[in-house]
Amino acid sequence: MKPEEVEAARDAALAAIAAAADLAELKQVRIDHTGDRSPLALANREIGALPPQARKEAGQRIGRARGAVNQALAARQEVLEAEHEERMLVEETVDVTLPTDRLPAGARHPLTTGSELIADIFVAMGWEVAEGPVIEAEWLNFDALNLGADHPARTMQDTFWTDPADDHLVLRTHTSPVQARTMLSTEPPIYVVCPGRVFRTDEYDATHSPVFHQVEGLAIDEGITMAHLKGTLDHFAAQMFGEGISTRFRPSYFPFTEPSAEVDLVCFVCRGATVVDGVTCRTCRGEGWIEWGGCGVVNPRVLTACGVDAERYTGFAFGMGIDRTLMFRHGIEDLRELFEGDIRFTTAFGSEL
Amino acid sequence: MKAPVSWIREYVDLPAEVTTEDLTTRLTSLGLKLEAIESAGADITGPLVVGRVLTVEPEPQKNGKTINWCTVDVGAANGTGEPQGIVCGAHNFAPGDLVVVILPGGVLPGNFEISARKTYGHLSAGMICSARELGLGEDHDGIIVLPADAGEPGDDAFDVLGLREEVVEFEINPDRAYALSLRGIAREAALAYGVRFTDPTERDVPASNDAGYPVVIDDPDGCPVFVARRVSGFDPAAATPDWMAKRLQQAGMRPISLAVDVTNYVMLETGRPIHGYDAAKLQGPIRVRRAHEGERLTTLDGTERVLSAEDLVVTDDSGIIGLGGVMGGETTEMSATTTDILVEAAHWDARSMFRTGKRHRISSEAGKRNERGVDPVITPAAADRVVELLTTYGGGTVDPGVTVVGTPPDQPRITMSYDLPARVTGIDIDAATTVTNLEAVGCALTKEDTTLTATPPPWRPDLNDPFDLVEEVARIVGYDQVPSVLPRDAAGRGLTREQRLRRRVGRTLAGAGCVEVISFPFVGDAAFDTLGLPADDVRRRTVRLANPLSSEEPSYTTTLLPGLLKAAARNVGRGATGVALFETGTVAFPSESGPAPIYGVEWRPSEDELAKLFEALPAQPLHLAVVLAGERERSGWWGAGREADWSDAIAVVRRLAAELGVEVAVASATYQPWHPGRCAVFTVAGEELGHAGELHPKVAQAFGLPARSAAVEIDLDLLLRHARDVPPGPQFSTYPLAKEDVALVVADDVTAAEVEAALREGAGDLLESVRLFDVYTGDQVGEGRKSLAFALRFRAPDRTLTEEETAAARDAAVALAAERTGAVQR
Repeated sequence: MKPEEVEAARDAALAAIAAAADLAELKQVRIDHTGDRSPLALANREIGALPPQARKEAGQRIGRARGAVNQALAARQEVLEAEHEERMLVEETVDVTLPTDRLPAGARHPLTTGSELIADIFVAMGWEVAEGPVIEAEWLNFDALNLGADHPARTMQDTFWTDPADDHLVLRTHTSPVQARTMLSTEPPIYVVCPGRVFRTDEYDATHSPVFHQVEGLAIDEGITMAHLKGTLDHFAAQMFGEGISTRFRPSYFPFTEPSAEVDLVCFVCRGATVVDGVTCRTCRGEGWIEWGGCGVVNPRVLTACGVDAERYTGFAFGMGIDRTLMFRHGIEDLRELFEGDIRFTTAFGSEL
Repeated sequence: MKAPVSWIREYVDLPAEVTTEDLTTRLTSLGLKLEAIESAGADITGPLVVGRVLTVEPEPQKNGKTINWCTVDVGAANGTGEPQGIVCGAHNFAPGDLVVVILPGGVLPGNFEISARKTYGHLSAGMICSARELGLGEDHDGIIVLPADAGEPGDDAFDVLGLREEVVEFEINPDRAYALSLRGIAREAALAYGVRFTDPTERDVPASNDAGYPVVIDDPDGCPVFVARRVSGFDPAAATPDWMAKRLQQAGMRPISLAVDVTNYVMLETGRPIHGYDAAKLQGPIRVRRAHEGERLTTLDGTERVLSAEDLVVTDDSGIIGLGGVMGGETTEMSATTTDILVEAAHWDARSMFRTGKRHRISSEAGKRNERGVDPVITPAAADRVVELLTTYGGGTVDPGVTVVGTPPDQPRITMSYDLPARVTGIDIDAATTVTNLEAVGCALTKEDTTLTATPPPWRPDLNDPFDLVEEVARIVGYDQVPSVLPRDAAGRGLTREQRLRRRVGRTLAGAGCVEVISFPFVGDAAFDTLGLPADDVRRRTVRLANPLSSEEPSYTTTLLPGLLKAAARNVGRGATGVALFETGTVAFPSESGPAPIYGVEWRPSEDELAKLFEALPAQPLHLAVVLAGERERSGWWGAGREADWSDAIAVVRRLAAELGVEVAVASATYQPWHPGRCAVFTVAGEELGHAGELHPKVAQAFGLPARSAAVEIDLDLLLRHARDVPPGPQFSTYPLAKEDVALVVADDVTAAEVEAALREGAGDLLESVRLFDVYTGDQVGEGRKSLAFALRFRAPDRTLTEEETAAARDAAVALAAERTGAVQR
């Protein structure tokens, strides 16, 4: 091949490369101009037949031409690939605001996660979480807690009995039997909280339920006083409802504690101010306080029945409704929402409180 | 307990400026919990004054009505002293009458503002009020005409009408039965303010004599004191004085007749329930004894009661005439013709009162007090007060005979060290404060060096232990004095294994798209029938409740499914297209170990005794149930969704088992309420864990759930028991993976699990995983057969596998599958 023919073949190839509009065209150009049957390939093949001196010259010339073509091909390939990619990415644009809810979300019940939150507050103080059966022996639910068969306070708790009633089994009316079980099985010091399901024969309405949930606490140690009870409940209140939310005690009566007190909580909405934006606080109805639960110093008779040395140890106990606590904390207006199982209610709380 | 404030003030020298709010706040902090403050006239704003009608000019109107143009002297209340001109539509008054006038600027109930306005051609400056307009009653026949001595024109009418009379209602705890009386509440009020208390039961009472009505007590434990007094010549038609009727009403009791009202009034005043007999109907001496089992009495509510040997009864020669301390009998009831009254004031054993009230389901004002404990010492004084009031307002004479049988029980003596209140409360309470406060509540003290011995007052049967005294001392010091101190840090062990695992189960299920619900655990036969449980199914053997809320659901449930399926249906009914719910909860199966024992409380039961107690409890395993209904994956722009089916239910259990590291075997089963061909039974180490699969079509339909709805119920306790505690760190190879897919044709009744197990075993150690990725049935494999395609993945820990090694392992796997299951490679 003559030198000008080589140059022509090279230029034709370079022109075709430059003209290739996309990767497919470039592929054809590559076949046409660098393939086995392309002019430059054929020319290359002819080199062997040339005399030695001409061979070297032709070899160099053809080599340069092929090199230029290959370089141009690679460069064009890069450009076209980049163009292609860019176009692809533009073409693949989606509407990212489309819904993505292929799998519906699950959730845990706020009573479960609320009980866990409470447990965690106490576990962080070194307490443990104790549990017991819901169908309980009458002796553990009542007698061991200084609630003898003829104690008028038994009528304070409307009890579900199993049939026949002389089986002496009840659906526990509080989680206090768990406290009794703990004292019967553990040497002091004892620091336990007992969250769980309890039962009373209440009518079912917006604020009452025959099935509800309680958390009780029990601390038994040397030198325990009501001051420790107050300190613990103040801490609990602040963790549950926010810093600065404390408690107050009012004298009350529970057979298992003496002295006994009702615990009120500073209203966490008006923070005791009784009014919010000039209107009577709806959460505490203008009281500034919210009734939260009961508590007291463990009656020594209970310690004795449960095998704790009442001369050496004192203790305190408290109990509050978890359902009620959550209703306040989350502004739940109707208790029944907790038990209806409507997924819209539960999913609003996610899987941790 | 409701108490008018004026009645409280009668016995306690409260400073005049003490407000009802302040009084109730202080009483609440002493332990009488305020329920409500009621106040008549609270919604009236003055000026509301007494006026004297000067002139009345009737003026007929075109509409046929006649109005009166009046001038009324309201003294200086209108600022001028001039007569006030008022138009009035009523006619029941005349010049000279004292009336109640509200002047312009005042507000009547219903936010009715009074102003001077033109009406019927006059400027009417105020209104002459009727009882209804003041919210005092429904009487609208005319305006209120006050008694002539009610006051002077211009006087504040609030006081004249007893408006601003506040009634406070307290919730009285069982330990403060003494506060179920004005005497008790006033005593607390005196304590709250440190002022003098006048005991209404402190009076000169005539001594017992032989002339009284004969009374014999056969059971002095049940009835330690019985006082009988008699009034003769009583006028049964005599009216109850207004002040007494009003106080009874304010205290929440209905005035009935003078004789009954007096007994109720004295009960409210002293706390001592009183019974009155028509003396003419009594036959012979009164005798108090326990009833004989099966004796009968018709009480004055008209109910015939069959008595128990524990009931205390009052008898005469005619037989039983009353259920002592609880309710009188019909035969000796006072009537509209009773002129001779025998007044009974008796002290009864509180425990017997409680039992009798409970047994006969009688809840009365008398029973409420008697069963909580009444001051036994005031019994003669209460009876004396009754006969005084009866004769004062009903005439007749008090008989000179006075019967007082028995003596009040002794008060306990409680020894306590002086520092106990400080040690228990954490408040700095010194010995002097302890002494002062105990004496303030009425204790008689004997003081030693380090201890004191207290004899509680007779009205405090609740004070028995040193800690009871601590509460008395502390409530007077004030619970607001209790400091806030955290206890020492305990070396807690954190959550238990089961508690942590339960949280993990909940999170896993929520992560799988399931929503937790909590349902009531009550169930009845209807639910079991709907589930299609066979008659002998163990789930039908329930722990029954003696007093269920609903007779339809009388048992504690043995399965979580009814509650869960109902909740799912509720969601579907409310428009949910897909529902995945789970619940973890206790179910119960009856124990065979007989009644639970009742032990004493004087000491701890022995280990054997406790074991017996625990055995008597029903088995109460923790179950987990899941229901999947309707859309499991939603449809959308990405394409079609997917309805939940049997496999989703099984997947939930597998996912949970994998999370907890428990090996769970799956096999097919027939078990209600599942579809007989689409139900899996799970076992863990040979023990049955539970079931999952598609619900029986009838069950899904009965609960109103979509077809193909699936469910799970497993024994969560069992699963958790087998949870892997400390998972070993895995070791895995990073050499290249070798893949081999095989399609095996087996008979229809061969399960995938069987084939997979054979492949796994046959493949040997080089097998990393095996996963079924396709099931084919059809012409190519023939009738009664199916093709299962498995992806086998091989990898060696120490080298790259050769093709020969991989092929050999695959062939070994297929060979064992062929041997075990008859599988033929396609």
